[in-house]
Amino acid sequence: MKLLSAFRSSYLNRRGSTFRSLDPSSFDGAFIPKPSPSSIFWLAIHCLCCLISLILGFRFSHLVLFFLFSTSVTNLYTTTAGVSQLLQLKPSEKANVTAKSSRVVVGRHGIRIRPWPHPNPIEVMRAHQLLERVQKEQKSLYGVRRPRAVIAVTPTYVRTFQALHLTGVMHSLMLVPYDVVWIVVEAGGKSNETASFVGKSRLKTIHVGFDQKMPNTWEDRGKLESKMRIQALRIVREEKLDGIVVFVDDSNMHSMELFDEIQNVRWFGALSVGILAHSGNADELSSVLKTNQEGKPLSMPIQGPSCDSSGKLVGWHVFNTQPYATKTAVYVDDKAAVMPSKMEWSGFVLNSRLLWKESAVDRPAWVKDVNNLLDGNEEIEDGPLSLVKDPSMVETLESCGRNVLLWWLRVEARADSKFPPGWIIKSPLDITVPSERTPWLDSSSKLPVVTKEEKNNQPATEKRSGKPRGSKSKNNRGTQEPKTTRSRK
Amino acid sequence: MTNRSSLSAILLFLFFSASSAQHNVRTERISGSAGDVLEDNPVGKLKVYVYELPSKYNKKLLQKDPRCLTHMFAAEIFMHRFLLSSPVRTLNPDEADWFYSPIYPTCDLTPTGLPLPFKSPRMMRSAIQLISSNWPYWNKTEGADHFFVVPHDFGACFHYQEEKAIERGILPLLKRATLVQTFGQRNHVCLDQGSITIPPFAPPQKMQAHLIPPDVPRSIFVYFRGLFYDVNNDPEGGYYARGARAAVWENFKNNPLFDISTDHPTTYYEDMQRSIFCLCPLGWAPWSPRLVEAVVFGCIPVIIADDIVLPFADAIPWEEIGVFVAEKDVPELDTILTSIPTEVILRKQRLLANPSMKQAMLFPQPAQPGDAFHQILNGLARKLPHDGSVYLKAGEKVLNWTAGPVGDLKPW
Repeated sequence: MKLLSAFRSSYLNRRGSTFRSLDPSSFDGAFIPKPSPSSIFWLAIHCLCCLISLILGFRFSHLVLFFLFSTSVTNLYTTTAGVSQLLQLKPSEKANVTAKSSRVVVGRHGIRIRPWPHPNPIEVMRAHQLLERVQKEQKSLYGVRRPRAVIAVTPTYVRTFQALHLTGVMHSLMLVPYDVVWIVVEAGGKSNETASFVGKSRLKTIHVGFDQKMPNTWEDRGKLESKMRIQALRIVREEKLDGIVVFVDDSNMHSMELFDEIQNVRWFGALSVGILAHSGNADELSSVLKTNQEGKPLSMPIQGPSCDSSGKLVGWHVFNTQPYATKTAVYVDDKAAVMPSKMEWSGFVLNSRLLWKESAVDRPAWVKDVNNLLDGNEEIEDGPLSLVKDPSMVETLESCGRNVLLWWLRVEARADSKFPPGWIIKSPLDITVPSERTPWLDSSSKLPVVTKEEKNNQPATEKRSGKPRGSKSKNNRGTQEPKTTRSRK
Repeated sequence: MTNRSSLSAILLFLFFSASSAQHNVRTERISGSAGDVLEDNPVGKLKVYVYELPSKYNKKLLQKDPRCLTHMFAAEIFMHRFLLSSPVRTLNPDEADWFYSPIYPTCDLTPTGLPLPFKSPRMMRSAIQLISSNWPYWNKTEGADHFFVVPHDFGACFHYQEEKAIERGILPLLKRATLVQTFGQRNHVCLDQGSITIPPFAPPQKMQAHLIPPDVPRSIFVYFRGLFYDVNNDPEGGYYARGARAAVWENFKNNPLFDISTDHPTTYYEDMQRSIFCLCPLGWAPWSPRLVEAVVFGCIPVIIADDIVLPFADAIPWEEIGVFVAEKDVPELDTILTSIPTEVILRKQRLLANPSMKQAMLFPQPAQPGDAFHQILNGLARKLPHDGSVYLKAGEKVLNWTAGPVGDLKPW
């Protein structure tokens, strides 16, 4: 009975306004065999129940309304099962169980909503701390046992595309979750451009200059790069840096998994490198493919180790330069496909301890003693494999190079391309397309016509000490151009 | 002399602690109230005789609808197959400790795949009549050394609606038998005292196929995918899940720590592996396959179901593995979960990482040691030897064969 009245009063709470429309007598006649109560009594119940709902915060459902509108007594027992079950269940429950009776009942329950729905910021902080701690635990259990530092060796030189390449490398290295030492060897001496990138990276860096200038042919470039890398290895030996040496060429792209995978290297490892030999000239490429149609299918653009079925290293897969034989780029800005060398340095990683003078004892027999090389007494011949005596002992990473973790790419601009030093525009740019309407237009002058030749004359964003082309005071973006043109005029 | 013995004792102690510490680094041993029994081997501890029932009780049902093999009630079918080829099976019923009757009461499916339990009581009755008339073993004990697998919503009450199930109660003929069921709630009519609760069937291969490497960091705090309101049967809310799921939604739908929705993402299993807590609230029945999924994927189950009895409750210490939240405390769920000490959470994850824990929740094909089949047999073995009162004197009858609704008495 108490529950019934509670439900009724809850109904009153929700439908306070519509209550007045109800006829109290029919309301009572439905199920309460009492004479109709006075309105004061209802008012008191109403106030009491408002207070109760304020405290409890229950949300009462529409079914209560349905329940109250039903007139037959049988409806009472079938529609709102909760109430009836409560009345019926208790005796049968007690019959079955000798221990305490269940406090869990079938039927309609209120949906509990707390009054202040927003999360407590202290709890949110605590949850984030928990997440961090759990992740730390995961890392220690399943991640790399003893993470070693990554020593990235990058040969570079100042040119138009350097900003593009170095930004990519810098971002990749900044994301590496291990300690990074970035050794940048620059051809043509240290320059401010490179220094600004190196400085921005917030990594531990070593920036050295190399005295020769970068030559213009790809072949010579490759040779100089090898020399620059050896110079970097000399630095590793002198500074006694401890970690894994990775050859991060500035135009390559590296995945994050690469840096996780190289942690598994013991002495000297080989990876699969995806070779993206694209010249940017679609016609060239399709003609190359056409000539190859009759022959064998184009081989995989991969350079890397190749294993037999038992996982043992049996050979190397190199990029097939044959289809491109007549159409490779010789000069750096040739519009032809750029070929990789036989064995790219970026496909190999080594333990820096191999380079130390003192570790002659620990060094495995199949790796050459590089001290001679590093001292400058020898020349490096054909790529990184000349560092090992027995190439078959090289460790293969990522299940014998199954996954390609980095991509080799060579993209450079035209030889005569110029770019603003440091990519900072010091003096204002020339207008190539004037705006139609300008606020300072003289009524007597005409708008100049921009001809097509003008537009074609500016392939590179060059700073010209140019004169304005019969321009009136033109509106320019936030520079002092209008004033100067006017004055010059 | 004492020095040497104490020294050797110290050495022994160090050795044992070192070896156990090695084990504790990644996982911890699980021991429930029955002891360290998850890895027990039931072979040799009991003998089970499998009755030869006509195929209308088992094979024909499966042939009519092969979906019975993949839904969450498939445990009854796989248990039969397991027992047929298990070493605990005996062909001599006189030496058997337990008797199993291969009936599939949950294999009568609607077109959408939900099992209809309306004919199950009649099927059971007819099977038991067959058993009692063709073999003498039923009458010896009136079924007290027989066990049946009844994985439906409310076990042997054979109804999907809770009130109706409570009204019917456990089938009177099964009152003395041991029931192996997924439903478990304390002080409930449909849970008999001696029943063995088992996990619902979850397809092991499907879950294995979605495993991700364990070093992927867990970045979701609380995860749940499923219904909060059952709009078809209970549009108001408050009836479905006793209002608990609706309360979860209303309180935490805007909370960034709670990744809850009614989506059906294809990355459901992967997301569970990236979460710390997985909610396992009750639905129309208190049990759900979410518990199995959470355990397999290492996500701490947050069980919101009052008085629930979890699978193998005597072998697995669920209090130490999961978090129990009373339905009335759902609005404070975030406070509860964030106030659990870090060490406790790490310990729970270690317990969940224990492979024997994951094995115990699965029904792999073919059976592997430590899996749910073996846990069921272990549970049966723990109930041996049968109490003397189980055996009835000749001619004594306890069960009332005409009890129950009239519809049940019709032959099947």
